[in-house]
This record gives sequence, structure tokens and C-alpha cells, in this order.
Amino acid sequence: MPRLKTRVSNLSHLFLPLSVLVILIIVNLVKGADYFKITVVNGAFYGNIPNMLFGASELVILSIGMTLVTAASRGQDISIGESGAISSAIFVQYVLRAGGDVTLWTILVGFLISCLAGIVIGAFNGTLVSFFNVQPMVATLILFLGGRSIAFIIDGKVSPILANEISNRIGTVIPGIPIQTPIILTAVFIVIVAVVLKTTNLRLYVETVGINPNAARLNGINPKKIIFLTFLIMGVCSAVAGFIAVNKAGRHDSVNLLKFIMMDAILAVALGGNSLGGGKFSITGSIIGAYTIEMLNRTLLRLEVNPEAIKVFKAVFIIVLMIVASPVVREYAKKVLDKVQGLIASGPSHHTSGLSQGERGE
Amino acid sequence: MKSDVILKMEGICKSFPGVRALHNVDFTLKKGEIHALMGENGAGKSTLIKIITGVYQKDAGQIYLEGKPVHFRSPQDAQNMGIGAVFQEIALCPNLTVAENIFIGRGRDNFVNWKKMNAKAAEMLDSLGIPASPTQELASCSIAVQQMIAIARAVDMDCKILILDEPTSSLDEDEVQKLFGLMRQLKDRGVGIIFITHFIDQVYEISDRITVLRNGELVGEYQASALPQIELIAKMMGKALSDVSAIKKQAARKSDDSVPVFEARGLTSAAGVRPFDFTIEKGEVNGFAGLLGSGRSESVRAIFAADKVTGGEVKVNGKRVKIRSPLDAMRQGIGYLPEDRKGDGIIEELSVRDNIILALQVLKGFFRPLSRKQAEELAEEFIEKLDIKAPSTNTPIKSLSGGNQQKVILARWLITQPTYLILDEPTRGIDVGTKVEIQKLVLKLAEAGMSLTFISSEIDEMLRVCSRLIVMKDREIVGELTGTDLTEQDVMHMIAQGGK
Repeated sequence: MPRLKTRVSNLSHLFLPLSVLVILIIVNLVKGADYFKITVVNGAFYGNIPNMLFGASELVILSIGMTLVTAASRGQDISIGESGAISSAIFVQYVLRAGGDVTLWTILVGFLISCLAGIVIGAFNGTLVSFFNVQPMVATLILFLGGRSIAFIIDGKVSPILANEISNRIGTVIPGIPIQTPIILTAVFIVIVAVVLKTTNLRLYVETVGINPNAARLNGINPKKIIFLTFLIMGVCSAVAGFIAVNKAGRHDSVNLLKFIMMDAILAVALGGNSLGGGKFSITGSIIGAYTIEMLNRTLLRLEVNPEAIKVFKAVFIIVLMIVASPVVREYAKKVLDKVQGLIASGPSHHTSGLSQGERGE
Repeated sequence: MKSDVILKMEGICKSFPGVRALHNVDFTLKKGEIHALMGENGAGKSTLIKIITGVYQKDAGQIYLEGKPVHFRSPQDAQNMGIGAVFQEIALCPNLTVAENIFIGRGRDNFVNWKKMNAKAAEMLDSLGIPASPTQELASCSIAVQQMIAIARAVDMDCKILILDEPTSSLDEDEVQKLFGLMRQLKDRGVGIIFITHFIDQVYEISDRITVLRNGELVGEYQASALPQIELIAKMMGKALSDVSAIKKQAARKSDDSVPVFEARGLTSAAGVRPFDFTIEKGEVNGFAGLLGSGRSESVRAIFAADKVTGGEVKVNGKRVKIRSPLDAMRQGIGYLPEDRKGDGIIEELSVRDNIILALQVLKGFFRPLSRKQAEELAEEFIEKLDIKAPSTNTPIKSLSGGNQQKVILARWLITQPTYLILDEPTRGIDVGTKVEIQKLVLKLAEAGMSLTFISSEIDEMLRVCSRLIVMKDREIVGELTGTDLTEQDVMHMIAQGGK
């Protein structure tokens, strides 16, 4: 019985993203009943849902990192697109200069080097935030402004082409595997994160630091180190997202790669029921939030909204969502619910049970 | 007739939901006097000040300003009537100039005449003898001068009443003297000054009269020269001097042969406690006694390295160790329940379970998390042991009552099986039942061999629990009382006389 209660209370924060997801699916089904239709091309699945999962890969990975940074530092990293652009530029240069045939080893080593670059970038941001107490948004503004220039300098020219078979397969499908590779990579990444959360105290430390850094310190946790650590993780997330993005595109466009993706990542975190003020976090929520945003983008396209006007629709949608989810509305809804429950309870039998029921509902 | 009385307050009452902050308090301030407002935490000093400065509205009572009934609707209102206040935290802008800080938000014109403003500021600084130039950036002045500038700002615009709330807490002795010089000057000009401080000696140095509050009620108003320190302390603590109730205390449990569990020599920290020596034996319960601000919390924080340790050496079980961070202290088997439960203790949104296992988990290390089942079992065990009233281990700690929150923090440390546990005000803001439970628990733990330091604002509580009291005053240890010496009177005498 207590177990069950736990599960339910853990799920309550997913109510918002899940209900939005359901609404979007309904809208899509109304638009055309073939929404769930999956076609098989060359042995791989395509269709609205697989394409949505495919398109959201980078966002999902980035929103995981963003969740951790937000929870610990109570601020957001706005340089994630730029650090993805830099680390993927390094990856591309490594592959292009490796010479000879591009083997799986070349790609793997290049990927690891780009992850290292991501860690260095994360260390830079993390040092500013945790040791110099710069606000996260200000600290990461530096790379947000300068990052793409750095990526361009690494490129050495406009959009170097990444034309090799392995990259192509990473960006699309591997023959014989029916699911597009970025979807698989994202799934693997999520599993790794889940394992890390299971086998370390990352969650407890990050949440403690985000909620009360003073108390964290008095219980032997070094808040600076933990905030720094979340920025390192964010750096790795950026590198992985950059890796997927550049392999998808087949070339390194330093200007447009992962452009403005931090906005969607922050939104995914918020949509997932996480407080942007830090503290308790739900990575599941952020992941669902990320997929929801991707689906929203695609739904608007499917509804034939003018691509130029999509941003307006998205903005309106987000305003409505945020107001619905705001504490003011929630409080009001709770009151109304309590009243209704009170009325129902007082009708047939005793009076008092209404209140306690209402409390449990929250 | 009563021309020398500027401010008269009669029968002031103020309640907050669930708390009666002030009840029927009278207060009179005369022209050209320095009047100390005294009381321990929660006595109602700040509530009274906030009513005078218009931050709060009184529920009942009457305020007369120069004989006329007045009503302060807002801080602005009070300011316009000539009431200035300077609070502990300096509320100035460090990156503006001295002159700007004095006049900002004060002018009625929309345009600034810089020349005139600077000239006026220079005149003011000069007349008050404040060593600063009007065009100097505020941040470049010392804290004491900044404090004086805050006063200058407050007394600008023919101020009649000046309120100084803990103005000296971050000043050194020299700076305090400078500030006192300024206060005497203002006093000579006829300003009535209300002075709040925790430093008893300063009260006697500068005040003419003293008003004592306790638990929101007026204890009395006294001439400073006619009230001995010891009586003042007794009044603040609510103990009649004659009332020497014989309290049965624990016999000192000192075993002479063993090495002390913890020993410090010349320990001092960035929080400003004077270097002190300290030892505690196995199974001993001792306590730091002293008024609020005497440095008792700073001392135990230095032991736990909660503040940056700046000097001294430490031995645990006779072995020299370095304790530079709370984690170091924890690894030496030391636990610390902080004074500020909300700010330093609980992790509000986390569950009771996570709050209980936190310290143990940190000690185990980042890569060795307890399984959900282990955590659950440990939490359940201590919830039962300490009789914590929580709906489930999953309930966020913030929804528990204060007493139960405190028990959770206690459980957090007990679970790590410390050899030495420091409890700073473990019973503050807790219902009487829980208070007694915690006291009993402390004695039980000591019996089982744990060493404990117990700090409380309530002397009689410390007398009941501690076998040795270390008495502090003005951030220094002034003496020690052991075994049979322990009476409230002794403690009060020692605080008043500063040792022996």
C-alpha cells in the first residue's frame, strides 16, 4: 500500500507534460487518422512518431543536462548549443584529418575527444559559476556569444562536409536495424543516466545543494564541487548532442548547428515539472517535456501553420501552459476540488473526510 | 509639561497568526537620552521597533509623538515625522558616493544639483565628525564609517528619534568608540536614541536608561546606573535573583584516566570568536552558556569547522587531526545539529527519509548509495525510536511540525553513530513535551558513552542536562562551572562579572 502511494505521488509532477502530450496526439489524430501510421523503407521504420523521436534526440539529451544544472545551480546554461557546436567542430576536424579510410575507430576516438572538449567547456562554465559565484546565465553568456566564432575558427572554412559511410549511418540508419540510429543513441544515453542515478548519490547531492546549500555544507557536501560536477555533465551532454546533430546534418554548419536549442531545453525542464529555481528534479519529466516540444513543433507544421508564424503559435501555447501550471491557478484548482469533494463527502455520509482526501490528492 | 518626552507608547499589542509578539508594552523615550532596549531572542524588541518605524501596524495601544497622538501608516510616514533607523545590515549602496548615499531618495526635486548636494554632505559629515569625503565611493570606507554614514542619512531631515539596531555587531573596539562618539554628539543635540545590542558592557557604557522586554511583555524600565548587570541579566532571562530553586543536576561523569574524546587548543574561526581551549570527555555532557551573541554558537561552529577555522589545533581521542571542513569533522565522529534549523538543518522539499539518511550517506560516499530498502528501514527504525510523527517516510520534511523536524535532524546524526554530538539550541521553538524528550535522550546517549555539547538559551534547561558549563561573554570564554557549582545565579554572576 505505501509503495503504491509512492509511485502515484512520484507521477503527479508528470501530469502536465503527459496531458500536453495527449492533447497533441488528439489534435494530430483529428487532423488525420493516419498519424500513427508507420511505413517501412529499406527495413527501417518511418512515420510521424519515429520522426518525432528522431528529431528530438539532441533536445532530450540536452534537457537531461539542463535538468541537473538547474537543480544544483538554480540557474540555466544558455551556451549548450554553442558548446555542442564547438565540440562537434573538433570531432569533424579530427575525422577529416585522420587520413585514410574513416573507420569506426576514427569516429569513436573523435567522439571521445569531442566529449573531452565538452568537459573542458563545462569546466570553464562550472568554474565561473561555482568558484567565482557568477550567475549561471551570465557565466554561460560568454560562450553563448563567442562559442560559434570559436567553432568557425576550428572549422577553418564554411561548413566542412562530413562525407563518410559511418557518419551517414550514425545520422540515419544502420542497415538491418529498423530504428533510426539517433533514437537508439538517445535511448542508450538515457539508460546510462538512469544507471548513474541508481549507482551514485548524484540525485541526493544535487537536490540537497539546490534546496539548501548551507545545510548541504554542514552535512559534508561541498556545494561548489557538486555545481561544478553538473556543469561537467552538461558539457558531456552538449558534446553528445553535437555529435548526433553533426552526423545527422552530414556537415558542420557552425552558425546554425543546435541554434537556440537552449530555449527549448529550458522549456523542456520547466514543462517536466521542474522548478527553474533548483532543488528537486525529475529527469523523466524533462525527457517527456523535450519530446512534447518536438511534437508541438511538428504538429504546428502538420497543421500547415506558416513556418514563419510557428514561433507565435508556440509562444501562445507556452503562455497558456505556464499559466495553467502556475501555483496561482493550481492553488485555485485545489480549492475548487476540495470544495467539490467536500460537498460530495458531506452529502451521503460524514463531513470531515473531504479535507483529508483533498490533501492526499495534492 | 512633559516637554522632554519625545515618544510615548502605551499598551502596545501586536499579534501574528499563532504568536503574541507584544502584549501591553509601554515605552517612553526622552529628548537627548540613549535608551537601551534589552531582551533575549523573541522578547519582542524588533516587533516594537518595527511598530515605531511604521513597518508593522499595532493592534492596540496608543503612540504619542511630542505629546500628540500619532499613527504610523508606513515607513515613509514614520520617516517624515522624524524617526530614523539604522539596522544591523547596512542598507546603503556601496558603489555610490558618500553624498549620494546620504541624499538618495530624499530630495523633492527631480534634478540633482551635484555641487549643492556635495557641499551639504561635506557640511554634515564635518559637523558629525565623520572621517569621509562626500565624493568618495562608499565601498572604500570602513564598516564603521559606513555605519556612521547610515546614521548621517537617518538623522538628516531634522530627526528626533534615532533607532540603532545592533549597530556594533560587526565593529571592532576602536570603531565602537568612534560610533559612541557620534551617538553622544547626537544626544547632545537633543536626539532621542533607542539602542539595541547584545553586548551588555556597551549598554552600560553609553545608555542612560534601559527597558527590558521578555516574551513580548514589559519587564520594566530602569536607570542604567541603578541597575546592576547581574540584575539586568536576571530580568532578561526571567529569573528573580532571590529565586534560587534547588535544581538536581547530573553528577559530573568525568573519568580521569581516559583521553578526552575531543580537545582543542587556541581554536578560532572566521566568525570572530576569540581563540579558546576546550575539552570533552567520553560520556560527558557540557554546554556553552551565555547570552545570545556571546559567541557560544560560533565556538561550536569552530569545533565542527562550520565556519572557516583560522587557527588552533585539535585532537580527537588524543590524536592530532586536521578538521578543515564539516566533512572532516564528520569523519572524526563529530555530529552537529545547527542552531538555525530552517536555514542550516532541514532540506525542506526532501522526504523525511532522505533527510534522515543524508549525513550517513555522505559519510559512505558518493559512489555507495544506500539501497532504497536499506534507507527505508533505517528511516523507519529512527522514526520509531525517536517517536517522530510523520505520515510516511516519503513526506517532505517541511510539512512536519518544528519539533518533529528537529527530531529528524537528531536522527540524521544518531544514525551516523557519532562519538561526539553538538546540539546547538535543539529545543528552540519546540513544544514542551518534545523538549523534555530531547533532554532525556541527551542524558541517555551520554550514559551510553556518547559525548555531547548542549547549548540552550534557557539556563535551567542546560543546568538539567549539562555537568559542566563553559560561560561565554562577548565572544570569549570567561569561566567554567562544574558539578555542584551549577546554579543559575552562578551563571548569571559569571556573565555579569566576566569571569570568577
